[in-house]
Amino acid sequence: MQPWLHAYAALGVDAKSLILPRRGSSIPARLYLLAPSDALVLYNLLTQVTPTLNTMETLLQQIVNGLVVGSVYALVALGYTMVYGILGLINFAHGDVLMVGALVALQVAAYLQNTWPGLGTTAILLISLGAAVPVCMLMGYTIERAAYRRLRNAPRLAPLITAIGMSFLLQTLAMIIWGRAYHSFPPLFPTAPLQPIEGVFITPVQVTILVASAVLMVALVLLVNKTSLGRAMRATAENHRVASLMGVDTNKIISTTFIIGSGLAAVAGVMISSNYGVAHYSMGFMPGLKAFTAAVLGGIGNLGGAMVGGIVLGLVESIGAGYIEQLSFGLLNSSYQDIFAFVILGIVLIFRPTGLLGERVSDRA
Amino acid sequence: MPTDNATPILQLKDVKISYGQIQAVKGIDLELYSGELVCLIGANGAGKTTTLNAISGTLPIASGELLYQGQRINTLPAHLRLRQGLALVPEGRGIFTRLTVEENLRMGAYTRKDKEGIEADLERVYSMLPRVKERLAQVAGTLSGGEQQMVAIGRALLSRPKLLLLDEPSMGLAPLVVEKIFEVVQTVVKEGVTILLVEQNANLALEFAQRGYVMDGGKVTITGSGEDLLKDPKVRSAYLGEVDEAA
Repeated sequence: MQPWLHAYAALGVDAKSLILPRRGSSIPARLYLLAPSDALVLYNLLTQVTPTLNTMETLLQQIVNGLVVGSVYALVALGYTMVYGILGLINFAHGDVLMVGALVALQVAAYLQNTWPGLGTTAILLISLGAAVPVCMLMGYTIERAAYRRLRNAPRLAPLITAIGMSFLLQTLAMIIWGRAYHSFPPLFPTAPLQPIEGVFITPVQVTILVASAVLMVALVLLVNKTSLGRAMRATAENHRVASLMGVDTNKIISTTFIIGSGLAAVAGVMISSNYGVAHYSMGFMPGLKAFTAAVLGGIGNLGGAMVGGIVLGLVESIGAGYIEQLSFGLLNSSYQDIFAFVILGIVLIFRPTGLLGERVSDRA
Repeated sequence: MPTDNATPILQLKDVKISYGQIQAVKGIDLELYSGELVCLIGANGAGKTTTLNAISGTLPIASGELLYQGQRINTLPAHLRLRQGLALVPEGRGIFTRLTVEENLRMGAYTRKDKEGIEADLERVYSMLPRVKERLAQVAGTLSGGEQQMVAIGRALLSRPKLLLLDEPSMGLAPLVVEKIFEVVQTVVKEGVTILLVEQNANLALEFAQRGYVMDGGKVTITGSGEDLLKDPKVRSAYLGEVDEAA
């Protein structure tokens, strides 16, 4: 046994796991090893430099955070992917629908708290959601009806640019209505975090987000795969003309797709605002881009892909944020966590444009 | 024509259809009576598929009159035409390749609400097309061309059409499969469905059809009973691949 293998063993690392096949080589024998000194440096960075980050608890904590953020991304990504599947359009205004959902909910919650101070927080939450979801659904319907439908047969660039314009329009309107300030979102959940494992915390908001996202995603999958409406959506996604020959009013199906996607975005907007405690007119931009990345990562047009992509992106981002300082030798801190999403977007577009599940086309919507 | 006083189920009066500046159909007249099997033959580019698409509502007509059961349907959207019993099996079959065979068939019954009727009709389609039944759970894109054509016809039948438009059902299929498909077509006619059939295989089509229209350059050039057209020297030389001996 070579001496450096002992060095790895002393660190508790199986040296064989560090043997990587060289890219582009067809001969498996041509392997190379990470130099032991590199591995030591890396190991020290990840463990000893900042002892607070080397613990299992930290990793678990980041996984919990990642799953929470990821399920929100997944909900938003579903809207992107459904619209793409059916129209071949990237609806860049989708993130801003989320923002409107959050601000409407905030407005309603604030009103309720002022008018009926005795009202319970659960009731306030449900009523504000009950207001935000239909408002966003109506908005999604209107966006499609007013802007995209006229461009159904236009060159692809026209609806894309219109979508970007629609995003600006919604942000500007929101700015006019709600101003440029960061509004604090009323705390509608108990704040005391739970501690399922010693040292790992999860807040009631986060638990609710995980459960609600899971329920919504299961419901959507059932709708798309098991109902006549879902079948018509999939048929329309594949071929508008033939779907219309089956008696499907494809315009109605497209409207329905926008309505469902916007409803999910409204819920996601309320989730984000509840989790971070703020809402403002440009809050939809970043989650929108991240969710779009998630949709591309999973394979755009593919429902399962949007879910997997969202969760994976959330995890990578959270875990990455926990270790970015070490990975970048102290150059970047966790506020640079957005890098991960866009690095992933770049890598996916270059090496696997069809996304993780892109080839499994059978469950497209 | 079964009865002289009956209104045609379908009537085209001087229908013109254009793609942009190019006029593909330059004014055709066509009549179909209930229960008939009529075929539309002609060379590539004669305007046959264009005509069927216009009747089904997936292509707008430029001028003329389109009457279905005596009603003007010039601008009626395709999905509403299907609801009135007008179904098209499009050229190239138009199978939903990512849906399963059963889902494809059920798409045909999309507008229907009578669950029991749908199940009964599904069984009827299975009995007519036993090979389809073996592949219900399969994604339709994995089927052979002949199987896809059968699914496409079965799917159209599930809408319980009064008038069925068939666009080149024999295209690209082996002779045995074509034979099977024409058997199905005959069964459907016997059940009282009116059929307008577009075919490249004019010999076969005219053999089964009561009447035929021959299209050339966007116009109907010859029309008559299937038998007459089969004997017509001009038709024989132009579309049946025979040398016109009389000329």
